[in-house]
Amino acid sequence: MNAWILSLPKEKNQIIRALQEAQKREGYVSNDIIKELSNYFDIPIVEIEGILSFYTQFKRVKPGKFIISVCDGTACHIKGAPLVAGWVSEMLKIKEGETDEKGIFSLETVACLGCCSLAPVVSINGKVFGNLTRKSLSGIIKRYQKEGVEND
Amino acid sequence: MIKKIKVGLGSCGIAAGAQEVYNYLQSEIKDIEIISVGCIGHCYAEPLVEVETESGSLFFDHMSATPKDLKRLLDLNNPFKFNKNRSNLEKIKVTKLAGVINPISFDEYIDNGGYEALKKALSLSRDELLNEIIKSGLRGRGGGGFPTGMKWRFLSAKEESHKVLICNADEGDPGAFMDRSMMESVPHQVLEGMLIGALATGATELIIYVRAEYPLAVKNLSIAIEQIYSNSLNNLNGKTVSIKIKEGAGAFVCGEETAMINSLEGKRGTPRFRPPYPTDKGYLGHPTAINNVETFANIPIILVEGGETYALDGTQGSKGTKLFALAGDIPFPGLVEVPMGITIGEIIYDIGGAEKGSVKAVQTGGPSGGCIPETYFDTPVDYDSLKALGAIMGSGGLIAIGKNRCMVETARYFLEFTAKESCGKCTFCRVGTTRMLETLERITGGEGVLEDIQFLEDIAPKIIKGSLCGLGQTAPNPVLASLKYFKHEFIEHVSDKKCLALQCNPLVDVYLDQSKCIECGACVKTCPVSAISKDYVVDNSICTRCNSCIEICPKKTIYRRVKGGVNG
Ligand SMILES: Cc1cc2nc3c(=O)[nH]c(=O)nc-3n(C[C@H](O)[C@H](O)[C@H](O)COP(=O)(O)O)c2cc1C
Ligand code: FES
Repeated sequence: MNAWILSLPKEKNQIIRALQEAQKREGYVSNDIIKELSNYFDIPIVEIEGILSFYTQFKRVKPGKFIISVCDGTACHIKGAPLVAGWVSEMLKIKEGETDEKGIFSLETVACLGCCSLAPVVSINGKVFGNLTRKSLSGIIKRYQKEGVEND
Repeated sequence: MIKKIKVGLGSCGIAAGAQEVYNYLQSEIKDIEIISVGCIGHCYAEPLVEVETESGSLFFDHMSATPKDLKRLLDLNNPFKFNKNRSNLEKIKVTKLAGVINPISFDEYIDNGGYEALKKALSLSRDELLNEIIKSGLRGRGGGGFPTGMKWRFLSAKEESHKVLICNADEGDPGAFMDRSMMESVPHQVLEGMLIGALATGATELIIYVRAEYPLAVKNLSIAIEQIYSNSLNNLNGKTVSIKIKEGAGAFVCGEETAMINSLEGKRGTPRFRPPYPTDKGYLGHPTAINNVETFANIPIILVEGGETYALDGTQGSKGTKLFALAGDIPFPGLVEVPMGITIGEIIYDIGGAEKGSVKAVQTGGPSGGCIPETYFDTPVDYDSLKALGAIMGSGGLIAIGKNRCMVETARYFLEFTAKESCGKCTFCRVGTTRMLETLERITGGEGVLEDIQFLEDIAPKIIKGSLCGLGQTAPNPVLASLKYFKHEFIEHVSDKKCLALQCNPLVDVYLDQSKCIECGACVKTCPVSAISKDYVVDNSICTRCNSCIEICPKKTIYRRVKGGVNG
């Protein structure tokens, strides 16, 4: 069993926190981790799956190195979030919820990043970019593309 | 003489590039103290830098990490002029320290009067303390507007030794950021309010439930909690209270009290039947009260001012000030603090800087609220006036909807949100919101019929009645309000098959005006689906309305127009 799991208090209400920790470490929640947590907390696997499917934060497949989260909160929606998602799709040839073949970029939409005054915004691995236009977004993604190749 | 330089490093500032500015100033300026502060609310001007001089402060907007801007700043050249109207209308109390002090400096908070309110509260009896809160007339800022003093009195009356006080920092309204800003900018103020709440209610376990999308808020709160512990401020007249942060996992419904309690217990965040009420049997069975971030941030102000003085601001039924997160189609979005009772028009025009006639509605209360049309912009902002219009105060998100936006599409957007976020427990909420969404999609998709509008009006009250929690009970509100004030737009969509706002793609054509075309080929090349022929005709059966040709055309000869419309 993973050492970090053993350090958690063995209380059932800690399960969400444990799943969050697992995702922080691996980027997603794997079947193996679910089994381990099920044993440790004595919670049936189906119940854990139920929790995972309820909360949108949890990912069950490994995401790309960079997760592009297009904000579709009200302010961003009004200011053209659907177009922004389209620009990303067009550039990277992936649709919402998908990861590209090389495993570098994933695309998702989220509801409000709290930077509504800079709408439309996206965040890439938590870093927020605001007041986007097709051009500025394309520049940002190109920078990450370069970084993705360089660090490989 | 420059004394100090302050860089606003809230999430909005960082998103606009303030971190780079901060780092650059740090590396270029050696002899002046440069500190990071939170957000002062003028988000449209980010990155915003304050220069403290002997003769007062000057601000510099839209700063960049360049020698040019560095010079502008050091020469005190061309400083930022704040909108006068805004300063006249605003009443800065709760956000007084936001963007002024370093959020994670305990000493700065203390130097600015921090924890004085707690000290005062410690000297009062529990009854005196509760009375002070009740006298202030404070109503919950999370949307419901329940009197805080009364809620605390309920919890206080419980005899159990283990009671829980929860701070609702789930800020679920997509388009609201008041709570984020407060937690990032003045975490100690929120925590001080919670500690006073613990005194007033006898709670010993304090929990903050923060949205997953707010990492900086979590960070600043964690640091502040450690400072509280190391200064033993969590020791309240000999009784030690614990303070913990719980990060949400992305579910709007968890902002609802009983769903939040389930989520805290490690379960799916579905709401529970009431009774029992949380104050009787809440988190892990303990009596529990839940309050919003802004509610807690008001508490220290009440203690310092006294409840009666606090109640001087505002209207008969709504006391004090309110934070609003202004966004959408206005020039100056940001965070504003205004006395209750100010009109919507004053916020949109005078503070937000919108031109008269440019905004056709504002949305308050997000997916649980409704739109308010321009004709009602003289309505005062308080709990009861907004409710009477069919909107709600909500938590403070205020989205301006420009005159070129489609209200049907906006209503569809909110229903998509609630249908997605419905937890599935109640049939009417689960199935009803989906049916409403499908109907709205038919209308925006150009396939609506008049009966669809009737159907929306019929099903809405049933969803409201048949739902257990506030999510379902309010989900139809955005549609009902749009139908009330903008029915003609719905009818245009279904009867005339027109979206005059040119937003609903199936009802829109992309047209290339050949008389002005210079045949440069840019559009043909950029079109991702090859919908523009070599002789410059757009095939609307292929076109995806992605706008790329419209943006790239140097002569602006390509535009959207009503489907089947004639030239021009
Ligand atoms: C679906 C739903 C979502 C909610 N989201 C929030 C929220 O994000 N923040 C909040 O403070 N209250 C939210 N509320 C209201 C809370 O249930 C509760 O009324 C509030 O936290 C009480 O605090 P207050 O009295 O200080 O306003 C929500 C309610 C519902 C029904
Ligand atoms: S709506 Fe996009 S950041 Fe709030």
